[in-house]
Amino acid sequence: MSDGNQGGINLKVVGSRPVRPDGVDKVTGRAQFGADFHLPGMLTGRIKRSPHAHARILKIDASAALALPGVKAVVTSSDFASDATGEIEAGEGHAAIQEIAANCLAKGRVLYQGHAVAAVAATQPEIADEALELIEVTYEVLPHVIDVEAAMAADAPVLHEDMFTKGVTPKPAHASNVAAKHVMGRGDVAAAFNAADLIVEGRYETAAVHQGYIEPHACVASWGADGQSTIWCSSQGQFVIRAMVAKILNMPLSDIKVIPAEIGGGFGGKTTVYLEPVALALSRKCGRPVKIVMSREEVFLASGPTSGAVIDVRLAVRKDGRITGAELTLKYQAGAFQGSPVNLGLMTAFACYDVEALALTGYDVVSNRPKVAAYRAPGAPMAAFAVESAIDDLATRLGMDPIDLRILNAVRDGAKTVYGATVKHAALVETLEAIKASPHYQAPVAKGCARGVAAGFWFNVGGESSAAVHVDEDGGVTVVSSNPDIGGSRASMAMMAAETLGLPIERVRCTVADTTSIGYSGVTGGSRVTFATGMAVVEAAQKVVADLKRRAAATWECDVAMVEWKDGAATCTDPSKDVKPLSIKALAGKSAKTGGPIAAEVSLNAQGAAAGYGVHVCDLQIDAETGRSMVTRYTAAQDVGRAIHPAYVEGQLQGGAAQGIGWALNEEYVYGKSGLLENAGFLDYRMPVASDLPMIDTILVEAKPNPRHPYGAKGVGEVPIVPPLAAVGNAVSRIVGRRMSSLPLSPAKVLAAMGK
Amino acid sequence: MSRTVVNAMVNGEPVEFLAGGGQSLLDALRDELRLTGSKEGCGTGDCGACSVIVDGRLVCACLMLAPEAEGKRIETIEGLADNGHLHPLQHQFLEQAALQCGFCTPGLLMAAKALLDRNPDPTESEVRYWLAGNICRCTGYDKVVRAVMDAAADLRQSERPR
Repeated sequence: MSDGNQGGINLKVVGSRPVRPDGVDKVTGRAQFGADFHLPGMLTGRIKRSPHAHARILKIDASAALALPGVKAVVTSSDFASDATGEIEAGEGHAAIQEIAANCLAKGRVLYQGHAVAAVAATQPEIADEALELIEVTYEVLPHVIDVEAAMAADAPVLHEDMFTKGVTPKPAHASNVAAKHVMGRGDVAAAFNAADLIVEGRYETAAVHQGYIEPHACVASWGADGQSTIWCSSQGQFVIRAMVAKILNMPLSDIKVIPAEIGGGFGGKTTVYLEPVALALSRKCGRPVKIVMSREEVFLASGPTSGAVIDVRLAVRKDGRITGAELTLKYQAGAFQGSPVNLGLMTAFACYDVEALALTGYDVVSNRPKVAAYRAPGAPMAAFAVESAIDDLATRLGMDPIDLRILNAVRDGAKTVYGATVKHAALVETLEAIKASPHYQAPVAKGCARGVAAGFWFNVGGESSAAVHVDEDGGVTVVSSNPDIGGSRASMAMMAAETLGLPIERVRCTVADTTSIGYSGVTGGSRVTFATGMAVVEAAQKVVADLKRRAAATWECDVAMVEWKDGAATCTDPSKDVKPLSIKALAGKSAKTGGPIAAEVSLNAQGAAAGYGVHVCDLQIDAETGRSMVTRYTAAQDVGRAIHPAYVEGQLQGGAAQGIGWALNEEYVYGKSGLLENAGFLDYRMPVASDLPMIDTILVEAKPNPRHPYGAKGVGEVPIVPPLAAVGNAVSRIVGRRMSSLPLSPAKVLAAMGK
Repeated sequence: MSRTVVNAMVNGEPVEFLAGGGQSLLDALRDELRLTGSKEGCGTGDCGACSVIVDGRLVCACLMLAPEAEGKRIETIEGLADNGHLHPLQHQFLEQAALQCGFCTPGLLMAAKALLDRNPDPTESEVRYWLAGNICRCTGYDKVVRAVMDAAADLRQSERPR
């Protein structure tokens, strides 16, 4: 493991704001994203999708499509391995491979509108489109269910006849849409409520929302005659794509090379497969490379989103504001297959607060919606919306400042979380105090505006990562990362290597390797890359430094203990030797004489990721005529450990806040009576645009660097989407004059609440 | 499928390509000319990732038919840097970390260029409303707006007689 935190002293590169190594490619249009790749002889693949919310597939007849000149292959679920089983670690949860396969191509039944049924590959896009029309699918339409509580009802149409609620004893007698019941808790909750001076309760709803990455899913797959295959795709993890495709198509891992394209946003939604196994199955059938790119409509219909939820919360409170007990029930939509992040909702809901007695119950519920995928702090924002709204109600009832109330109840180091971990290196109190002292919070609320605050938590994870550091013959350095760069991680990887090696950042470049060129890594997700892959980079750089010192010692014929590494050069501390420092350039130039090429690769399983806490404050006003909320000022503060590249950390806070504001105010999946999605496009699924937002001020709280990371980094990407839902909701509620408990707080809902 | 020959000026160079009647300019740029810097985020003119400038006007290349490009002057992201020298907008986007994933960046840069071509000194509000047709899901726009304002200042500075 690493030497531990270097204490922030004398850091030269870490904490600076260099231009990212991949920047020029991305501002000149040269960067190759998923859809930008092209191969000779490449075919266009298209997916035939269900027009129904729920139906039995009686027959698929592709004969007319196959007869069309230019059509080279058609695949259905029968082209996938029938015995694919097992689970795959996919960042923030396990994924059952059978369900991923059945989501890529429906087996027996379609479970939501847009569910893939078959796929075609043809020489021209127009021919592929025509062929799709010629694939005849005969359906028996079944009754559907969309909303989570309707899906839980005893008489609801059941999606999976073999689904018996897990976590209930005895095993239920009938199949249902409740995939699992999760229970978590501690302490005597009944006693806490009996002794309470005050009880605050509420029922909250959030809508299903999409990650909304601007790049639709895209891939090119090419099967070789000997089975060795290559996939170019945009994803959050080339190794996870490889693992899923191998299982679904029953291929050895070593026969699949996944080359990561640049990724145009993911937010968790690109940690799984939709197209890759389909494209490779098509390629396997016809021996030609196949490219599939989703349309935006397909992205909305058949990828993502995250769960909509119904939440009940009750707080038991002492009159001084101390929360002594809480009850929480989460009902999360899983989409068509089990696997909502409800468990993470339970774990995070009260993670900001030291509450003695907790009774938490969660339901993972399937319905005729697309299968949910991870979305930035999966499961946490909805639960936080309910809890942070309830705490705001509590502050109002007690007449307390909402920040003071949170400081009073905040977790401090040594507290136990409900899931058993001990709180360590937490700077929640410092983050609350930073917000309280901020110019924003200190300023009076502008006339006609209201202010809301909320806090949020995310675990952040570590896990398996690999990285290599290669010293070039001229003393420059290449860092090889195992994780797709979704938001500037090449910069932070290069910076940590430069810091460790004592080099200027311009002498260090960073590349993202394919699955054959670097050791395994988990996904770019869980806010883990700067922490875990960064740790691998630093350890590889430390190995290189040790090797360079050994080579210098051999050159000087002195004990290696007498060699120090500083500012990119070895110096000899042996007073008997009169030698000049040996720079990395000098050592690299004669590496052949001191043991050959200088390089190190490190693979590790990073432990000790520290959780992060965020506190946001939002001022907004409401147009009384239209009911439209307009955020007028926004500040996000976060416990970041130490920011490696502060500008990109600020960017995470700003981007997370913007997504959260969209979630709070506009975004939702709208279904009609027939169970069909009515807003599968950016015009009607309204994400924030530049004119919807003000500048988003940030405060990076560096009070508690993570001692388990060589430079103190904590994950930063996910925390900032947790507080905004309630920060916005609390401000809106203040203007409206009553608790607004159902997201999104769309103009129509706000107008109705204002009695207009 | 009958295709028509289209002649246009793309980034100052004459090009000739075959276009299908229903093919978008975006598909022609990407698939025929292999200028893949312009991106498709939606295909319906809502996200702006395909923003290009046609005869001085900002358009979504996904909404214009390729045959309509006949005789037109088209500027794409690939032509924004001048002989390897970054445009002040590109420079400021890099300096200010105004991109995360970088997918919307070409469209944002072309939209911003179209703004600064006609308004060298925009207010923050003008920048925000001009860029309202370009969705960025990563940045929250803060650094994007700052980069555009600062690039405008850079351009004004460089155009002032010394």
